[in-house]
Amino acid sequence: METPLTIEETHKGLIGKKFSAVELVDSYLKQIKAKDGKLNSFLTVSDEVAYEQAKSTDKAVAGLGKDAVKVHPLLGVVVAFKDLFLTKGIRTTASSKVLESYVPAYSATVVRKLQDAGTISIGKTNCDAWAHGASGENSDFGPTKNPWNLEYVPGGSSSGSAAALAANFSLISTGTDTGGSIRQPANFCSIVGLKPTYGAVSRYGIVAMASSLDSIGHFTRTVGDSEKVFQVTKGADDYDSTAKDFPDDAAEIKPHLKLGIPKEYFGEGLDREAEKAVLDAAKVFKKMGVELVDISLPHTKYAISVYYIVQPAEVSSNLGRYDGTRFGNPRASFGAEAKRRIMLGTYVLSAGYYDAYYLKAMKVRSKIIQDFLIAFENVDAILAPVSPTPPFKLGEKAGNPLQMYLADILTVSANVAGLPGLAMPFGFNSKGLPLGFQLMGPRFSEEVLFALGKEFEKETEYKPKVAKL
Amino acid sequence: MAKLSEKDVLHVAKLARLDIGDKELPILQNQLLEVVDYVGQLSEVNTDDVEPTSQTMGLENVLRIDEVAPQNCLPQEEALSGTDKTHNGYFVVGRVIKK
Repeated sequence: METPLTIEETHKGLIGKKFSAVELVDSYLKQIKAKDGKLNSFLTVSDEVAYEQAKSTDKAVAGLGKDAVKVHPLLGVVVAFKDLFLTKGIRTTASSKVLESYVPAYSATVVRKLQDAGTISIGKTNCDAWAHGASGENSDFGPTKNPWNLEYVPGGSSSGSAAALAANFSLISTGTDTGGSIRQPANFCSIVGLKPTYGAVSRYGIVAMASSLDSIGHFTRTVGDSEKVFQVTKGADDYDSTAKDFPDDAAEIKPHLKLGIPKEYFGEGLDREAEKAVLDAAKVFKKMGVELVDISLPHTKYAISVYYIVQPAEVSSNLGRYDGTRFGNPRASFGAEAKRRIMLGTYVLSAGYYDAYYLKAMKVRSKIIQDFLIAFENVDAILAPVSPTPPFKLGEKAGNPLQMYLADILTVSANVAGLPGLAMPFGFNSKGLPLGFQLMGPRFSEEVLFALGKEFEKETEYKPKVAKL
Repeated sequence: MAKLSEKDVLHVAKLARLDIGDKELPILQNQLLEVVDYVGQLSEVNTDDVEPTSQTMGLENVLRIDEVAPQNCLPQEEALSGTDKTHNGYFVVGRVIKK
């Protein structure tokens, strides 16, 4: 059978009896077993759970007919979870040897919500250990390869979730974005990646990286599907006091939208072809009737420094709990990158350095937020590149932590300011590697980003593409 | 240029409860120094009269009723399921006080 590429195609197939959910799972598992050896995108494949959930799906279709998708909006949607999401009874490693054999006793709120909406869990995906990285190479279980070219990285840290989707091993997948870990791999793998507003989606039950920056999102092939998944995952949660429902004054879709183009995102170091893709996208938006406005976000160049102080500080605190007592292995099992970040964070928080680094970073964070607030007085969203370069080769930056950190330079601002970001694919470069752009908006402006994205897909007659392996 | 001696690195490692090997030490020292140097660029930003941001939600004092919800508690067996080191239904921890 031909595996569907969107939620709509999946529902049509299930309701129209073109295939059963069990056959759907057969088809995904067959693909994974035949081809994931090349990618290393999965750490655990959950066959048993998948078949169990597929049987319930088929029962729901038999019992409710086409109403089944009204009761379960994501009925039969096959999902792969980044291995940071706790899944009750299914091993969850954070791609670290510390949690190599950890089987959680409860599930993350997002996992529970997706299951209640009718999804089928196919497995757990590889990532940079503890979500520390921009290439997937920091996984303690080996790197993931880019399905478009196996010599290149798929981006990170949500490397396996992005690669698995590009290779059609799942219909949707989840990710976490602390400094770009959804948007950058989406950009490198030619799929749609959503980093929601900080606090729009519960963080409960997801291995914490940096608590004031972590944003829980997902990968899909179309913007419409991204919206459908977000409708399910968003909302307040008694288990995460920073998660809240959409406020009444959330941004609305206006008939005349203005898109800001920040000059600081097009500076030195931006790859020519990556730049051209964004400028070509701008032309499409203009054709759609969106007004383009040149804007300035003057503190952009400091965002990466703010990020590499605040983030390791919070990492060092969050990873302090792993002592091998209640679960997991002792601290000697931490890999090189986790150690580096714990050390960096401990240093910037230590006596004598707190004011110079941490407090200073929190103040510059306020300046960055202020830049965005001023910009959003005049524009509804911002159009920018995601990564300064297209995918790089495996091993190219692995030996130089600072160079790897700078790969996040265009994505971290949205995390520092808590803004939503939507990464969209847009063509390929001369080497056949994916290109794209991101839309950023004010807090809780996801609906505006989705509207712009869906219209863009229509205007460009976008069709999801699957990498051939 | 920031300063970060081998002694500083070992001190930080002690605070973080990490063991750093002899071979690892100079590499880590250089890598940390490089990053600390880079982020030092923040000193050029004027932040007089700027309030620090610790969270972007603007939420204050999120409270709930102080009641035990039994459905939110793990049974003892599940709570202990992550380790082999248990004794009479308790976690076994390493000795913290010297004999």
